Amino acid sequence: MKKLLILGAGTAGTIMANKLDQHLLRDEWQITIVDQDETHIYQPGLLFIPFDIYTRNDVIKAKRDYIPQGVELIMSGIELIEPEKNRVKLSNNKILSYDYLIIATGTRTQPGETEGLMGDGWYKNIFDFYTLAGACNLQKFLKHWQGGRLVLNIVEMPIKCPVAPLEFLFLADWYFTEKGIRDKVDLTFVTPLPGAFTKPKAADILGDFLDQKNINLIAEFNTGSVDSAANKLVSFDGREVEYDLLVTIPTNMGDASIERSGLGDELNYVPTHKHTLRSKAHENIFVIGDATDLPSSKAGSVAHFQADVLTENILLAIEGLPLQEGFDGHANCFIESGFGKGLLIDFNYDVEPLPGKYPLPGIGPFSLLQETKANHWGKMMFRWMYWNLLLRGSELPIEAQMNMAGKMR
Amino acid sequence: MPVREIAGVQVDFDDEGFMTNPDQWNEDIAKVLAEEEGISELTEGHWKVINFIREDFKEKGQPPTIRRMNKVGGIPTKDLYEWFPKGPAKKAARIAGLGKPQGCV
Repeated sequence: MKKLLILGAGTAGTIMANKLDQHLLRDEWQITIVDQDETHIYQPGLLFIPFDIYTRNDVIKAKRDYIPQGVELIMSGIELIEPEKNRVKLSNNKILSYDYLIIATGTRTQPGETEGLMGDGWYKNIFDFYTLAGACNLQKFLKHWQGGRLVLNIVEMPIKCPVAPLEFLFLADWYFTEKGIRDKVDLTFVTPLPGAFTKPKAADILGDFLDQKNINLIAEFNTGSVDSAANKLVSFDGREVEYDLLVTIPTNMGDASIERSGLGDELNYVPTHKHTLRSKAHENIFVIGDATDLPSSKAGSVAHFQADVLTENILLAIEGLPLQEGFDGHANCFIESGFGKGLLIDFNYDVEPLPGKYPLPGIGPFSLLQETKANHWGKMMFRWMYWNLLLRGSELPIEAQMNMAGKMR
Repeated sequence: MPVREIAGVQVDFDDEGFMTNPDQWNEDIAKVLAEEEGISELTEGHWKVINFIREDFKEKGQPPTIRRMNKVGGIPTKDLYEWFPKGPAKKAARIAGLGKPQGCV
């Protein structure tokens, strides 16, 4: 029996397990997938928890229920990947050998990377919302908050789902308006980037979006430390931003096992060929989703498009054929903009988000870079698609490669 | 797209003054762009940063973050802020002939 090993049963790993189970012959291949958590979190849903739109139970399901029967699931952490020996040591001391390895270990927030962030204010008036615990604790806090200065801070780039911080602010604008305390809440966005919208077309079209919603912007702020006692952020060049409530997107990093195995860059992301998804260092290792070092967005839609390309390339590699350079950096994201509306962006490595229409057989078209109710419903409907179609590796009516149809330059 | 002649070379820029074609870059252009950023003389330290940024861009296809300049380029964050005051990532990228650091939208 030949062995294909997948590390990580998040969005990317689970889709790959399902797709490969459909393609590899069971009497020739043993597929194994390893993960340390029993619970699969629908991560796009975390955004909605602080605002009482989703609850904890709306975003979690058992990972086991999404792994096909023919695939072996092992619950364990990963100790060490040993590419020279084609094997992986697990935290439970088991050793797994492989013919092909898929690294899908994702990315996580690391608040400990920033001095003072996890000090006295942590989960008192400092919260993250990229974790289930953070989102749930923030929901409880917001319920009774009477207002003040809410600072939303991106510590450093790159982060998972780069539009989620903006969505959080737009929803906060709506949430406090509904509560009747918007006039008592100052919303401030603090980012290391030069602006809220940095791509030319998006900046052109959405440039005054923050002003319209009365959200302040502090750009090019690289967070050096947090002073919990004085409730302020301090940048590397000594600028200070005071807050009453800090909602932070901490530094994102790849899995520690990547670092231990010497396979990662400065953020534990694995150097990956940008079009084939093969690891740059090892012929029989492939990388997918947030675990890669690619300049594509760290998002579920990207993992989904990559999975189509990677499935084909694994099959080609097994046959000894040249790989397809099929991944173009395609990402597709609904952006919740508050008050029951949303935006949609669709882009790749070479084409920035453009305005126009996004055709989707049977459901669309959706409007690109434009606030509509349909985009909001697209986003809400997506949760069903995620659990029922996407994770199970079903064919969706969306091509892996970006399409120019409907887009306007 | 604005085109300017610098040191005898026709150089393409975007509307915010960032070069759009890194291949047009040379050291004389860097000196002119640095002056526009308020840096009158490029020292050895500046060049270390600029050279790292250009090398790294060839590999990664985007300008490096401050963490990457620190961890991979071996350039202390304190020095970066001293050499390129206020916005080192953006300023150094501009002088190195690259686009500004971008998000996805």
